[in-house]
Amino acid sequence: MPYIPTTDQDRETMLKSIGVPDVDSLFADIPASVQIPGLNLPAGQSEAEVYEHMHRLSHRNSHDLISFLGGGYYDHFIPACVDELSARSEFYTAYTPYQPEASQGTLQAIFEYQSAICRITDMEVANASLYDGGTALYEAAMMAIRLTGRRKILLDSGVNPIYRNILVSYTSNLAVDFEEIPVVHGQSDRERIIQALDDKTAAIVLQNPNFFGAVDDFSDVIESAHRKGCMAIMSVYPVSLGLLKTPGQMGVDIVTGEGQSLGLPLSFGGPYLGFMASRMDHVRKMPGRIAGATIDGAGRRGFVLTLQAREQHIRREKAMSNICSNEGLCALRALIYLSWLGKHGFKELANTCAQKAEYAKTRLSAIPGVGVKKSAPTFNEFTIELPCEASGLVSRMIDRGFAPGFPLGRYYQGMDNYLLVAVTEKRTREQIGMFAETLEGVL
Amino acid sequence: MIPKDAYYTKDHEWLKVNGDEATVGITDHAQEALGDITFVDLPKVGKVLKAHDSLLVVESVKAASDVYAPVAGTVSAINGALGSAPELINQSAQGDGWICKLKPFDASAVGSLMTADQYEAFLAEH
Repeated sequence: MPYIPTTDQDRETMLKSIGVPDVDSLFADIPASVQIPGLNLPAGQSEAEVYEHMHRLSHRNSHDLISFLGGGYYDHFIPACVDELSARSEFYTAYTPYQPEASQGTLQAIFEYQSAICRITDMEVANASLYDGGTALYEAAMMAIRLTGRRKILLDSGVNPIYRNILVSYTSNLAVDFEEIPVVHGQSDRERIIQALDDKTAAIVLQNPNFFGAVDDFSDVIESAHRKGCMAIMSVYPVSLGLLKTPGQMGVDIVTGEGQSLGLPLSFGGPYLGFMASRMDHVRKMPGRIAGATIDGAGRRGFVLTLQAREQHIRREKAMSNICSNEGLCALRALIYLSWLGKHGFKELANTCAQKAEYAKTRLSAIPGVGVKKSAPTFNEFTIELPCEASGLVSRMIDRGFAPGFPLGRYYQGMDNYLLVAVTEKRTREQIGMFAETLEGVL
Repeated sequence: MIPKDAYYTKDHEWLKVNGDEATVGITDHAQEALGDITFVDLPKVGKVLKAHDSLLVVESVKAASDVYAPVAGTVSAINGALGSAPELINQSAQGDGWICKLKPFDASAVGSLMTADQYEAFLAEH
């Protein structure tokens, strides 16, 4: 097939057959006042010229920074096998083929990915993935609304503010009431949450560790929610599950999260990976594709998409969601990453992240004028208080080769001097030391 | 063939009045058209419905279809057996495969539904 699907001749033939002199006359009904006079598109360039142009553009990025930046997306090491296996031509496609007769490999990979998500979250059923952590959280809120028939969502302000923005904007034309419960000293205000739970509340949305890095056990809040007939939704950082109490153990009903940390590079917003897991009781209200294992006519194990009556191509406008899709290739990378690590490696990774973060806390708290918040235990990310504005410090640190963290003032009022610092297994003792020294130097 | 003791809708629901309670289900024609029924998303007892509101969803191997309330009413009982045995609808659409009961229900609207004879004629036309 030619790259340009319609040639001048094709166009001529089509215009002739419908009796129109030229393409412009097809748009004659649009008033001239609202027509675009022309686009400022430069003339076409050769492949080499385009390559050179893009190369120059990419060099305007800050690159090779030593990253202590998190806020939901983390600089983890990606083993070579993830690129190698996911790039195999049998898998490498922008679209995910689902026909069981032609796509057993893809369907098996999705099934195994779902199984891996269930194992790390301690939940019973996972879907084939969603766009990203934020949209997955939106889908979870809508799922809770469907299951409870209630319209109020309690939002802990310790939930990633980017995700909260997504939730509010996605539902701006739907009848959903949000009530935000502010954190106190960076921790969930459990008493206020418990008081706010009522018979209109569909769900409480929590995050663990929360955006400030605080680790919590929400079992009591979740128990209170269930007593009021409310569901509990929790957004989690998957790597933390190698060490922390799991959402399943806390009694969570719907778990979501950002899967970028599982073998996906940080790439200016994506493509990333939303994951979602729940209890089998709720599976029919779950959005997205679900792969299932079955037996074929000859008694052999095989894989299919299952419970499709929930979905857009069958239920049309009444589907569980009409704005979700599977991130097949990203989910495959997460599966390869988790399989490569294995249970032991996954725990070791979590431990290493937590220990390095503790070391970074020690080094940073030794800097005069810098305070490390210690009101709650943390995993690999924590909040520090600076004697100056965090956003200015970020610029000064970037000039010196460090992405020092996320300035909290960007989303939280009165927190201009606070910086969120993340540490992954990639950060060496030397890098953490250099980071502390450089930070002290620019204060 | 079509039970005379019930009333029918164009969406192939049936409604049978028993004193102050009405039983609702889908017709034999509907189950035949749907094929093997795999899941019935039973409504909650206490659900209040206007006429033609979506009452529940029936999933079959071919499709997922809404079942509408033939008349206004409140769900007073559901056929819990359908939870583990949705095939009861295929086996006995107007018997053991009943779906739910409405009480109270809008008795005045029953007259606007089709009788068995009218429904039979309706099926013949469509």
